Amino acid sequence: MPTYPHKTNGFKAPLPWLAAVVVLAALVALPVLVVAGNLLVPSGGIWGHLAATVLGSYIGNSIILMVCVGAGVALGGVGTAWLVTMCRFPFSRWLEWALLLPMAMPAYVVAYTYTGLLDYAGPVQGALRAVMGWTSARDYWFPEIRSLGGAVTVMVMVLYPYVYILARAAFLEQSVCVLEASRTLGRGPWRAFSQVALPLARPAVMAGIALALMETLNDFGTVHYFAVDTFTTGIYRTWLGMGQPAVAAQLGAVLMIFVAALIALERWSRGGAKSHHTTSRYRRLPRIPLPGWRGGLALAFSLLPVLLGFVIPAGMLTWWTFQVGLSASFGGDFTRLAGNSLLLALVAGLAAVAVAVVLAYAQRLHPRPLIRLAVRVASLGYAVPGSVIAVGIMVPLVALDRSIARTVEGWTGASPGLLLTGTIFALVYAYLVRFLAVSANTVEASLGKVTPSLEAAARTLGCGTVSALRRVHLPIIKGSLLSAVLLVFVDVMKELPATLIMRPFNFDTLATRTFTLASDERLADAGAPALAIVLVGLVPVLLLSRAIAKSRPGEPS
Amino acid sequence: MISTTGLVMSNITHHFGRTRVVDDVSLSIGPGELLCLLGPSGCGKTTTLRIAAGLESPSAGTVVLNSQLVSGDGVHLPPERRHVGFLFQDYALFPHLDVLGNVEFGIHTLSGAERKTRALEMLDQVGMKDYAQAWPHQLSGGQQQRVALARALAPNPGLMLLDEPFSGLDKRLRDQVRDETLHVLKRNRVSTLMVTHDPEEAMFMADRVAVMRQGRIVQMDQPEALYNRPADPFVASFFGEVNVFDAPVTNGMANTPLGRFAVGVGAAKAQVLIRPEGIGIADADGPEAVVLAARLLGRVSLIHLRVEHPSLPPAHLHARLSSRALPAEGERLRLSIDHSQVFIFPAT
Amino acid sequence: MRLFSRLALTVAACMAAGTVSAAEVNVYSARKDHLIKPVLDAFTQASGITVNLLSANETQLLERLKSEGKDSPADLFITTDVAHLHAARVAGILAPVQSAVLAKNIPAQYHDPQGYWYGLSARARVIFYAMDRVKPTDLSTYEDLATAKWKGRICVRSSSSTYNQSLLGGLIAVMGPEKAEAWAKGITDNMARKPQGGDRDQIAAVAAGQCDVAIANTYYFGGMQTSDKADEKAAAAKVGLFFPNQADRGAHMNVAGAGLTISAKNKAEAVKLLEFMSGEVAQKLFAEANNEFPVLPSAKMSPTVAAWGPFKGEKINVAMLGENASQAVRIFDRVGWR
Repeated sequence: MPTYPHKTNGFKAPLPWLAAVVVLAALVALPVLVVAGNLLVPSGGIWGHLAATVLGSYIGNSIILMVCVGAGVALGGVGTAWLVTMCRFPFSRWLEWALLLPMAMPAYVVAYTYTGLLDYAGPVQGALRAVMGWTSARDYWFPEIRSLGGAVTVMVMVLYPYVYILARAAFLEQSVCVLEASRTLGRGPWRAFSQVALPLARPAVMAGIALALMETLNDFGTVHYFAVDTFTTGIYRTWLGMGQPAVAAQLGAVLMIFVAALIALERWSRGGAKSHHTTSRYRRLPRIPLPGWRGGLALAFSLLPVLLGFVIPAGMLTWWTFQVGLSASFGGDFTRLAGNSLLLALVAGLAAVAVAVVLAYAQRLHPRPLIRLAVRVASLGYAVPGSVIAVGIMVPLVALDRSIARTVEGWTGASPGLLLTGTIFALVYAYLVRFLAVSANTVEASLGKVTPSLEAAARTLGCGTVSALRRVHLPIIKGSLLSAVLLVFVDVMKELPATLIMRPFNFDTLATRTFTLASDERLADAGAPALAIVLVGLVPVLLLSRAIAKSRPGEPS
Repeated sequence: MISTTGLVMSNITHHFGRTRVVDDVSLSIGPGELLCLLGPSGCGKTTTLRIAAGLESPSAGTVVLNSQLVSGDGVHLPPERRHVGFLFQDYALFPHLDVLGNVEFGIHTLSGAERKTRALEMLDQVGMKDYAQAWPHQLSGGQQQRVALARALAPNPGLMLLDEPFSGLDKRLRDQVRDETLHVLKRNRVSTLMVTHDPEEAMFMADRVAVMRQGRIVQMDQPEALYNRPADPFVASFFGEVNVFDAPVTNGMANTPLGRFAVGVGAAKAQVLIRPEGIGIADADGPEAVVLAARLLGRVSLIHLRVEHPSLPPAHLHARLSSRALPAEGERLRLSIDHSQVFIFPAT
Repeated sequence: MRLFSRLALTVAACMAAGTVSAAEVNVYSARKDHLIKPVLDAFTQASGITVNLLSANETQLLERLKSEGKDSPADLFITTDVAHLHAARVAGILAPVQSAVLAKNIPAQYHDPQGYWYGLSARARVIFYAMDRVKPTDLSTYEDLATAKWKGRICVRSSSSTYNQSLLGGLIAVMGPEKAEAWAKGITDNMARKPQGGDRDQIAAVAAGQCDVAIANTYYFGGMQTSDKADEKAAAAKVGLFFPNQADRGAHMNVAGAGLTISAKNKAEAVKLLEFMSGEVAQKLFAEANNEFPVLPSAKMSPTVAAWGPFKGEKINVAMLGENASQAVRIFDRVGWR
């Protein structure tokens, strides 16, 4: 009998993986640590002043905002995900992807559109005045959009897709057998949902809520626009107004610690419960038909977020774009802006997922507390307000740049200046720091799908760690990888503070242009670039929806 | 066929945290031999298997595979370079590959045509050739098991490692798949280490069986030796139901309701184990018993008996008879004892 | 990953190489693109010097300049407010410039005494009133707005705005911190609504009847008067502009300006650009494009601005505003002006 030689990968010590994970995690965590390091800088009594004056109300508002947004995205995200995944009602198939659309909407754009729509000069109040014969704001009462309630509404509308997307994926991955088992144990469909499906999906739902809350905490544009003072406002004011970046960073560090505590709490409360699936057999999901008024109710519930989070703001943007004129809107350097945005988003998306895969896989191969901690710290960049973390990024980047410059100077006698700062490279690095949490969460969760015995099977069949990753893990999780790339892609398209400060000379993106125009109170002119962010963001969002639908094993694609 | 000299594990010890899960285990498997690691769950048998595969690196001890040191003395050859086949409890078929793709996975260094030929040949051996294009989730458990076997054997491993490979199957299917697996393994003359908690399965499959308990090998021998000459009460009772008597010893004899048995050394107490098969119905002599219940189980019948003794507490015991004529409830019988089915262990 | 970083390094090297060639100047600017671009384009046309522009918000640019230090590619830092110029000077990232042209073009109150920065266009922060409800004779001074007669009638934006910080900074300079704090408290008590929106929103709120008077920068009003949006124009038409404190120190003045960085590698070009921006052509552009007051006394105002009539502006050096900004924020925090 012939022999079948194995491909030899050479001896793979854990060292390369450990080194990779340490270097990558350190690079990404460095800015976070720089921000946290400010905790040690003396603050000269500013804290006392803040505590005595505004801090209480900032924290109060932040907590209200977080609780309301958290509850809102949980209800909206889980509710819609369950309805469209497990039930059948009019337009439910269509809603599966439509519910993702608000994801393409930057929160600040939604804030602009709603104020444009609902403020005194906007069409709604204008029409009311015309109809009712009112002549000034003194003649009638109208709810104030620029309020905590307004901010909560807008944030829920743009952030619930984070929960929806993860909850839906989790529901799709659940074996019908488990659900049917619960039905045979005497649970009705709704109790099967609350007692079996929901607990099983809990890690995914929590991950989604955590992402949404981190976005809420780091948001400044929306709350500022809606005149709500949050903890983040405190950071900006101390920095901007008092010229105290160290204290601002300290506030940022406190925010990070708060988020870290939240995440730890969630993980701790989950305890030893694992959501590994106990069966590998799947059948097509039976969808519960919802006839009559119940279907109508389900439709209304699922349609509301799509309308509020996408249709209305997108309609407003379109209206503005036509008002300004198509050629004025899309002429000039528009193509260049769109190209810049796309390039950045794509490169950053791929980089973030590549790093996330290395970190998650290394963690899996060598579960060490230190590595886990490093990866967690690296993901914290997501919770820090963009412009604070941008400063955190500048510090190590410039330091690295300086040492390169000095080295080159040593060789050639002439300093090349800062090679990395203010380049695309710096931007991609900034996006990595900001959005690694997004890709890392997704990749980590999906690697859980590769059971330990699949991994062991690959190893005993002659695969080294790298080749097992390439031949087994990556193909199995490729749907999730695509999701992760797209999630980061959409985030980068919308990203503002880091892009503004770190971009090269003469370089603009759709987001920076939107912001420039909108912050100059030229909302109508901002319509076209904002609309473009949304349209470009739509493509990945739709692809994502398809990928999720296909992700279910045994589901015809 | 590559020359195999089998597996030699010497003084293997392994810890998970502070727990010692494998404790000074030594074993060897000759070429083409099938050794079963048998024991209750948590006895360390699966860890031993994973150490052999290189999926775990032992805390101490050495593993020599086909005359090559693969673990211990600062060496750890990763699993992908050990040339072993591993059959998993959950089969671990790759969900993103079809059946053929799964079997071809371990032989991807072969040219495309060779690879396909070899994979189909293996699938043919396990009777799954017709399913080459099917996806794992479309197969039944037994079919998945066969594909997994073909996949593990395709690279022609020097050692096969089987981790409770039949536990996911129902009883009837299990017997069939077990039989086929044994034939495939023997046909391929591959040394095999298999882990199971089922003594019947161990006896069915194994050339030799190593019984493990709390991380240690208690006894390692051919199945009939284990059955007939168990080293301790644990081994004796692991291979099937036994009637247990904690007997006082007087004059070197253990006293039981069924009579006196020689203990040998001067112990004060002894444990006397009698297999139900070792109890028969005598014509005249022998201890008297009352039939409490009698059931026909197929080829044998099980009789529940009550035995009384003037100085010892009455005993309830089971007897297995090959006869189909069932005694009536309440009937009084005389019993005969087959001494080869009686095991006497002095109590310590 | 390795390939990618190599690629990125190459890109970076190309870009860096692009920024060190001759006859160009690198600008970090916090001014709106559409305001500063025409001026920079005019400079390039006149001088042949290429301008590389990075627009972002000034606090962030300041942080970037601080972390880049002597290695920064920036030659010139342009801001919309004097407070940030002052902060940049304090942070040690500006280098003094002595230029006969600048000294001649820019009045002393509008530049740093040592030449670390130069104001390039001026604006006043004044009172706007609803013409149908408020008579100009009811209005007099900033101090008057803090009295009880304006209870529930004032609209003004958040104290997070540097314009308000500079306004209070100026009041601290002229009346001392205690009186300034009492003033801020008075204004806060008189507010018609929680501070929200930008300066245009305050003027629009006066027009809409949500309040009777507002505090805002002049050029926003000019922008509304000349707006191509009918509703803005209509709103501006209902609102009057009032220059306060004409009987004493004059209306609060602020400047947008620029300073040379310590890292400037194109120093000559940067100074040339500074001088150009203080000159006739650029001053006219600032005045026309944004309805600001030119700092160059000989430059003409835009017709819109000219129509507001002559007024008296404060004569204190605007550097004082920046110096007092952080104290102003503490006062705002204490009095609850959000």
